[in-house]
Amino acid sequence: MSNGGVQRRQFVRFSRLQRILHICMIVSFMSLALTGLTLKFSYTKWASVLSHLLGGFENAGYIHRTAAVVMFGVFVTHLVDLYKLKKREHGTWIALLLGPGSMTMNRRDLTEFVGTLKWFVGRGKRPAYGRWTYWEKFDYFAVFWGIAVIGSTGLTLWFPVFFTRFLPGWLLNVTTIIHSDEALLATGFIFTVHFFNTHLRPEKFPMDITVFTGRMPLEELERDKPREYEELVASGKLEEKMEEAYPAIVTRTIRAFAWAALAVGFSIVLWIIYAMLFAYR
Amino acid sequence: MPERNIMRRKWRAGPRIAVVTLLAIIFPLLFSERPAHAADPPGAECLMCHGEKSMTTTRAGKTVSLYVDGKKFASSIHGSLGCTGCHADLEGKDFPHEKPAPVKCGTCHTTEQEQHARSLHGKAIAHGDPLAPHCVTCHGNHDIVPVKDARSAVAPLKVPFVCGQCHREGTTVSRNRPIPQDNILENYSESIHGEALLKKGLSVAPNCATCHTAHLILPHTDPASSINRKNIAATCTKCHTQIETVHRKTIRGELWEKQANVLPACPDCHQPHKIRNVFYAQGMADADCMRCHADEKLRRARDGKSMYVNAAEVNHSRHSEEPGRLRNVACSQCHSEVNASHVRPCETITHEVDCTACHDEIGKQYAASIHGQLFNKNDPNAPTCKECHGTHGILGKQDPQSSTFAVNVPGLCARCHREGQKAAVRYTGLQHEIISNYTESIHGTLLKNGLTVTATCTSCHTAHQILPRNDPASSVNANNVPTTCGKCHHGIEEQFENSIHAKRVSGYSKPLPVCNDCHTAHSIHRTDENSFRLNVMTTCGRCHQQIAETYFDTYHGKVSKLGYTKAAKCYDCHGAHDVLAVTDPRSHLSRANVAATCGKCHAGATRRFAGYLTHATHHDPRKYPFLFYTFWGMTALLLVTFVVGGMHTLLWLPRAFQMRRELRAAEAELAVANEEGADV
Repeated sequence: MSNGGVQRRQFVRFSRLQRILHICMIVSFMSLALTGLTLKFSYTKWASVLSHLLGGFENAGYIHRTAAVVMFGVFVTHLVDLYKLKKREHGTWIALLLGPGSMTMNRRDLTEFVGTLKWFVGRGKRPAYGRWTYWEKFDYFAVFWGIAVIGSTGLTLWFPVFFTRFLPGWLLNVTTIIHSDEALLATGFIFTVHFFNTHLRPEKFPMDITVFTGRMPLEELERDKPREYEELVASGKLEEKMEEAYPAIVTRTIRAFAWAALAVGFSIVLWIIYAMLFAYR
Repeated sequence: MPERNIMRRKWRAGPRIAVVTLLAIIFPLLFSERPAHAADPPGAECLMCHGEKSMTTTRAGKTVSLYVDGKKFASSIHGSLGCTGCHADLEGKDFPHEKPAPVKCGTCHTTEQEQHARSLHGKAIAHGDPLAPHCVTCHGNHDIVPVKDARSAVAPLKVPFVCGQCHREGTTVSRNRPIPQDNILENYSESIHGEALLKKGLSVAPNCATCHTAHLILPHTDPASSINRKNIAATCTKCHTQIETVHRKTIRGELWEKQANVLPACPDCHQPHKIRNVFYAQGMADADCMRCHADEKLRRARDGKSMYVNAAEVNHSRHSEEPGRLRNVACSQCHSEVNASHVRPCETITHEVDCTACHDEIGKQYAASIHGQLFNKNDPNAPTCKECHGTHGILGKQDPQSSTFAVNVPGLCARCHREGQKAAVRYTGLQHEIISNYTESIHGTLLKNGLTVTATCTSCHTAHQILPRNDPASSVNANNVPTTCGKCHHGIEEQFENSIHAKRVSGYSKPLPVCNDCHTAHSIHRTDENSFRLNVMTTCGRCHQQIAETYFDTYHGKVSKLGYTKAAKCYDCHGAHDVLAVTDPRSHLSRANVAATCGKCHAGATRRFAGYLTHATHHDPRKYPFLFYTFWGMTALLLVTFVVGGMHTLLWLPRAFQMRRELRAAEAELAVANEEGADV
């Protein structure tokens, strides 16, 4: 951005840990998606080529399970981080869940959702979104849901002998379907809706990399999350949330990584569409 | 006849007054006998009808005479028995009677009947051969007289002709039955035996029955035969009792003691039916042949074919007289039509060498094989003995130099069966590149490494009984394949014969798979090779289509599709050769065995673990409702999420572009303002 050099100080939206977790999430999610989908769409030529590229099915299996462990790690780390946040700023879980800046859906999200729909159809102004919009909250809880569903079913498939000590064998057939279809939902949703909603929005084109740098220009915050901006200004806490921007080389590297992840994600989407439309069985 | 003899005697012995006495004797005799004849003349009642020459009947569309010459019958040796003595079934029958049952001569002639039944004639009758001779064929019927009677059909002088009815050149028997000797009657009549019997009327000279016996005629290959190699000396010495002493002088005496195993049998030198003089008396027969055939330039006038015979080659062959070889065979034993009395003994040869004269059983096998069938149709492509075995240099199949040594067999068959060669060109079946496929197969690889007991062409197709696989008698016919492979893979055959794929077990009428359906015929590979493991589902799926498809819907199938060889394939669970219905308690997948079967890969697997559905599909709501509804529940969740998320994003797009335009405009304004500011 032309004015990036001019404005050196930027608003910090994400903590270092959050950014690291997001990157770990991307890497593990992409790995899980790639290796898992080769199995789901094993009947396509694509799948066998990819499987060979990944070093054969057995290797793909190792990658899949390693990535799963990484993702569980991300999940647990985030929970620990939440616990620390609770202790530091909120005191109780209730306060964390209902307090300002919370990820939980509330009445305002409903009105903002309605307001957004009105804005879409030209019957109102863009709602003054706060720190987390309702679609961001949806994405956040989608991950919780996904990890719970895909993670638990994945474990039954990873340790079938253990689970069938107390579960019937046919349940593994059921968990297979849930695991793979939920994964399809996750990949499909992340690589289309999430990509568009957060990274590829036309007004932010070519890409919003806030989640990687953790920083965003102040005017962007003012434009995108006006309510948060106003609240910060009103409380006088804005200045303590400002930090030096990263040098251009760092943002360029991040951008390259982000584009690569995007390319992989879109390829997977195309492959899924191809498999579903032309080779499904 | 007895009456006449009596009369003569009376005439000679008695004086003239004897006429009176004679009349006195004869008349009472005549008169005393006539009433007896009238009361019960043997056959008189029958002859009332059968005595008429016009008496005929129709059998199989032909008019057959039923006339019986009463006089001849009365004078035959059976005359006193009357008709019902032989036609016992007609006793007391009303006229006109039905066709009588065939006469059983064995009722009285027990020994002869029993011998005949054991003989090749008797066996041929038992097989229903229409050409096989019955008692009447040689002995006649109503006019049988004792052998010693010159009128007998089987009197010594007539025997060669009786036998010759069938065993002379050009008869139906000689043309259609595998008899390894040529021109039997002709040769016999020219032999010293035939000359004595037929030309000089020496009735003690041996006729056919003397050597072959009258009723117990057996092929020379039968150990019980009078002309078997072991027995022939005994047969000949019935007459030539002192012949051994003669041989002691003729053949170097020590041979009889030192090399009794290589001692020639009588017909080795004195060819059957041609016995005239000993070849050796005229010098060594082989030497006679080699006088001309040792010449390398010797060519046949007819077509210029080289007639050179490499003596060294013959001497190293299986037919040579080298110690340890099977036996010594003279040229003329194979080239059998030579006539030692000719200057060129071979000029009488009219036929190719017939190996079946000795290799009788193999000859029969060959004749029935596709090679033999083609040969009999005069097909120029048909291989004969020599195409595979060679000629003078013939070696046993145990000899590494032999063309029929295991390692050389594929190359031998390849001469015709390699792609593009004469047999491969005319073949219309599905097996192609058989030689190269075999060479790369596990059998071919082992053979190349020198394992001679591995399967070669002949192990499966047999050496001499080769038949196309659609022939029920073929060793590679689907019904016989398990037995053929089982010759080596016996344990597997046993398993297979008890598996569901065996007709006996399943009782299934449709064609069931045999060895080659899964392992292929010529390109058999190791089953632990990846290609076999990854293709076996398609192989089983040729018949078990649905179950193979659904296999690919679950984990094992999916990872196999990706080339993972360790995942369970059909036979890892169902068993390979011992595959049984899962309902069978002995099946690897029966309730009792299934956990152990899963446990082969999944250590600690339980019965509950085995409840995993390895062939489940979520497309079958009746069979797998829970899978079906899970799948559609998940699909609904996906659809709803994507529709809502997608709609949200699509509706957003126009506003997003609008924001972008406004932003760009604001940026441009800012830039202009900055420029102006700079200018100021």
